[in-house]
Amino acid sequence: MLKSKTFVKKTRSGGVLKIVREHYLRDDIWCGFEVCSECKDESPVLQRDACIESNLCPFPHCLIPDTNVVLHQIDILEDPLIRNVIILQTVLQEVRHRSAPVYKRIKDAIHDKEKRFYTFTNEHHRETFVEREQGESANDRNDRAIRVAAKWYTEHLSKSPSDSEPKVVLLTNDRANKEKAEQIGVISYRCEEYIKSLIGNPELVDRLALTSDDQNEISGSKLLFPEHLPLSKIQAGIKSGAFLQGSFRANTDNYLEATVFILGEGDKTTEVLLQGLQNLNRAVHQDVVAVELFPKEQWVAPSSVVLQDDQQNDEDTEEEEAEKKMENPVPDTTMLKPTGRVVGIIKRNWRPFCGMLNQSQIKEATRHLFTPADRRIPRIRIETRQASTLMGQRIIVAIDGWPRTSRYPNGHFVRSLGGAGDKETETEVLLLEHDVPHQPFSQTVLSFLPKMPWTITEEDMKVRADLRHLCVCSVDPPGCTDIDDALHCYELENGNLEVGVHIADVSHFIRPGNALDQEAANRGTTVYLCGKRIDMVPELLSSNLCSLRSNVERLAFSCIWEMNNNAEIINTRFTKSVINSKASLTYAEAQMRIDDSSMNDEITKSLRGLNTLAKMLKSRRIEKGALTLSSPEVRFHMDSETHDPIDLQTKELKDTNSLVEEFMLLANISVAQKIYEEFSECALLRKHPAPPPSNYDILIKAAKSKNLMIRTDSAKALADSLNEATLENFSYFNTLLRILATRCMMQAVYFCSGMDSDFHHYGLASPIYTHFTSPIRRYSDIIVHRLLAVAINADSTYPDLMDKHKQAALCNNLNYRHKMAQYAQRTSVAFHTQLFFKNKGILNEEGFILFVRKNAIIILIPKFGLEGTVFFEKKDKPGPRLTFDSEGPSLTIEDQHTFHIFDKVKVNISLDSSNIQHQKIRMALLEPVIPGVSVPLPELEPEAKKPKLDR
Amino acid sequence: MAGLELLSDQGYRLDGRKATELRKLQARMGVFGQADGSAYLEQGNTKALAVVYGPHEVRGSRSKSLHDRAVINCQYSMATFSTAERKRRPHGDRKSSEMSLHLKQTFEAAVLTQLYPRSQIDIYVKILQSDGGNYSACVNAATLALVDAGIPMRDYVCACTAGFVEDTPLADLCHAEESGGGTTLSLALLPRRENIALVQMDARLHQDHLPALMEAATVACKGLSKVLDSVVRQHLQEVSVQTRE
Repeated sequence: MLKSKTFVKKTRSGGVLKIVREHYLRDDIWCGFEVCSECKDESPVLQRDACIESNLCPFPHCLIPDTNVVLHQIDILEDPLIRNVIILQTVLQEVRHRSAPVYKRIKDAIHDKEKRFYTFTNEHHRETFVEREQGESANDRNDRAIRVAAKWYTEHLSKSPSDSEPKVVLLTNDRANKEKAEQIGVISYRCEEYIKSLIGNPELVDRLALTSDDQNEISGSKLLFPEHLPLSKIQAGIKSGAFLQGSFRANTDNYLEATVFILGEGDKTTEVLLQGLQNLNRAVHQDVVAVELFPKEQWVAPSSVVLQDDQQNDEDTEEEEAEKKMENPVPDTTMLKPTGRVVGIIKRNWRPFCGMLNQSQIKEATRHLFTPADRRIPRIRIETRQASTLMGQRIIVAIDGWPRTSRYPNGHFVRSLGGAGDKETETEVLLLEHDVPHQPFSQTVLSFLPKMPWTITEEDMKVRADLRHLCVCSVDPPGCTDIDDALHCYELENGNLEVGVHIADVSHFIRPGNALDQEAANRGTTVYLCGKRIDMVPELLSSNLCSLRSNVERLAFSCIWEMNNNAEIINTRFTKSVINSKASLTYAEAQMRIDDSSMNDEITKSLRGLNTLAKMLKSRRIEKGALTLSSPEVRFHMDSETHDPIDLQTKELKDTNSLVEEFMLLANISVAQKIYEEFSECALLRKHPAPPPSNYDILIKAAKSKNLMIRTDSAKALADSLNEATLENFSYFNTLLRILATRCMMQAVYFCSGMDSDFHHYGLASPIYTHFTSPIRRYSDIIVHRLLAVAINADSTYPDLMDKHKQAALCNNLNYRHKMAQYAQRTSVAFHTQLFFKNKGILNEEGFILFVRKNAIIILIPKFGLEGTVFFEKKDKPGPRLTFDSEGPSLTIEDQHTFHIFDKVKVNISLDSSNIQHQKIRMALLEPVIPGVSVPLPELEPEAKKPKLDR
Repeated sequence: MAGLELLSDQGYRLDGRKATELRKLQARMGVFGQADGSAYLEQGNTKALAVVYGPHEVRGSRSKSLHDRAVINCQYSMATFSTAERKRRPHGDRKSSEMSLHLKQTFEAAVLTQLYPRSQIDIYVKILQSDGGNYSACVNAATLALVDAGIPMRDYVCACTAGFVEDTPLADLCHAEESGGGTTLSLALLPRRENIALVQMDARLHQDHLPALMEAATVACKGLSKVLDSVVRQHLQEVSVQTRE
């Protein structure tokens, strides 16, 4: 049967169009029930009696949730307990329209066979299609469509011959909808009603989201926040230029301050500063918001106060005191930034948050505050009866809404992760918080692994160059099991040198498009945490088949150069190959061989050859203006054997480190040139944009305080001036400057060559760059391998590889995963630092001031590579008198002592476990001695301030 | 907000069809008296009118005539009211000229032109309403009009579009599907021997996907040929009943 659908639509240019679309109604859409005899469904989804037991409905039944139930109670629907659910097409379409994340989740649930979710295409079913009536709103029509479908099910199922036929239950929170449904004979319940009636599942009730229907109890009388404008007004405002749209980033250090990044034309972004709860107006980190700018007179400089929302009580108290602290007229007009306020939320980007419960002081209370691990997220009020068991545990909570009358958003409990402070739980938390996929590989993924025992076949040999005779060796850090690169070098007859870089041929094992490939593409990178590695590809590949271990035959992708003795490339050749590594060395072992003049075997000779070439390559690179920012700073180093933080190691850089690095850079650049030559539209490259000049302000100011000039007009100038910037009797100064310079840099990113025109890699001073050398731990390299393989006719191409939009989407994911992996690594290091200090007790160390803030100084302790904050203000007591000078920058305390950047101080370090969620490294000032501020040398003063860890 | 979901997980398209299903096809032959042959055809919401004159003497310059076969002259136009926004120029623009040329090529392959040396056959097609697959609707309508005019052809010429969405080939695209990105392939087929009269694809498609897409278009064309055949037979029946009286 044919129906036509007519509707009117407004075009982008403002004209009104009448759109006519066909709409076919069908007779062959089945109900999806196992027991149904009428429908000829081949694989029915809905079971007869695997239903949930409920007090309200003692008979077997299936659920039909309406759109709002799906949107708000997705956590409940995702529970393994809830099965046999009919999702109507109308509902699915509405959900798709209104919330992409929920749509994704409900689709995942539908795909999960265990869940037995059935999608009923009611809009195209002859008997359940409804037409919009005159004067009926789209929402009302959809509600009616849902009721009609439910009614159809009720009648359809009652035709079944057996007497214990299942029934359908409509779940809706809309009172009018429920009444109307009951009138036409459909069993319907409110969601809470139904969930509470479930037998033996009290914990599900906690996950119920608080919907607007029952919020009345929470609301105080006072409205704390201005109203959000409706979307239509926001859109009109954005169009007229009254409002600006941007993404909301909360400030980590100060809960009353946030920045909104507004995408301007091209790649230009402007930042708008928001200060104070009223102006933040219930926006949460990463929401897309509309802001209104304040007039210029109200523009301020970002405050350098560090503020944490530490109030214990749940009262919606005024924040005047805290806000006053921020009101500090700054005379310097150059520092002023545009300010504004949030007028409305365009899109919420709420996800489930990890964190811990602050139990309410009232014993029997069911309402508690939840503190997320991420400081940028406000505390969330949840309702639970299990507060006492949840105390001391890491839990996950989702936000449901933020009414105008409430100081905090309302949310609900999702699940518990385990006791806080456990290594496993904390690792789980940091993986979840950084969105690192860390589940074990699924069976489908593992099924694409090669069958063991694996050997190199004749066919492999036919298409590959046999390089087994070459004297190849690998150099890696100790304990490395995923060796993805190996090198060789020997002298040719004409006096030139042949140098080869051999990279594990991962793309041979991971074929495009299969589950293994998709999983790797999603993970994007291997994440190295302290004592734990989250692999991108299953271990069989990462540590065995792809790892170029010594004395086994392995498949490789080789990049071979002929070079003259000045390290100039004469020609480059790429080939798939078979190699047999002669030795897997550590950096130290390789260095020993080079230095030991008594050793003259082939491996050592080739290492020496490589070493001389690498030095030449490096000096040439530095001449071109490559930055050495991988500053030799001391990093917190884990003992990889015991997985316990027993020692802090200085990361020593040997010649061999840079040997391997130089050749990897060279290989990456050569490959980048080749794939860009072949595929100018879809080559996956990596760029490092030059930072905007303003980024360097802090560096220039810092150097000025020591009467030094840093030139930042080009990478070369920066590199040179950094080299010259040294102080006598302050050898660490240069390192400190380099650390500051590193913070000025932009993030290097992957991109698709067809989508961008700027390819330059600032840090390496290379016009083109990509990642080729670590396919075991980076997905980008796998793609580059595939491109290169196609370019040399060693492999066939596939559609997605040549599609620049898909490539660009992939790049976005890879960039995101890399960033998150980096954050996760830092957090893991921070956690293990804490474990270390827990064992060590209290230490006194020397450090340098890295930044000066309005009420605190941030100190770097070179010995541990540890950064911490010393606060000079106390919440309960009046603090010492502080005078802040933003030009220096310097901070004067009680007119007695002035702190400048780079000053040497002595601090006392200990672990503060008073807040188990945010265990902190506490630093207190020892020297210079300032009465009332610094602590006496031997013992620790209990109220010393809470510092912040490096993030 | 996300764009349109062209193919749902349950395998239904925007308008409720499955991937291989065609739109409803309705046609009538002999709609005009004056012309030698005419037909009106609806393929879903795409409506086309085709009129055939000839074979007759070559009009205009003699130099155009061919000594061994007939000249086929095609003209394609779109009614000003055929699209959602009123069209300014109904024919003669670049797109229409291209379409005219394609139609000419298609029918030169199908009509037995060598039977009419030094003559001309005119085919005029007009799109009355456009909802995707304009070319195929024109070809199908013109085929019926040629049959109505009694001009011998090798076989019916059936045309259909096919598109590629989420690795699934879709047959007979509507306008929303055509403009939803992805590749569209138009195929004109002589179904009995699977001779291709014309195949056209504008956007890029990976080579690996081409066979699947061609297969889908071929199957769709064959399905169409059955419908066209039944239209012709029914028309014949009606006409023969009328003439008997």
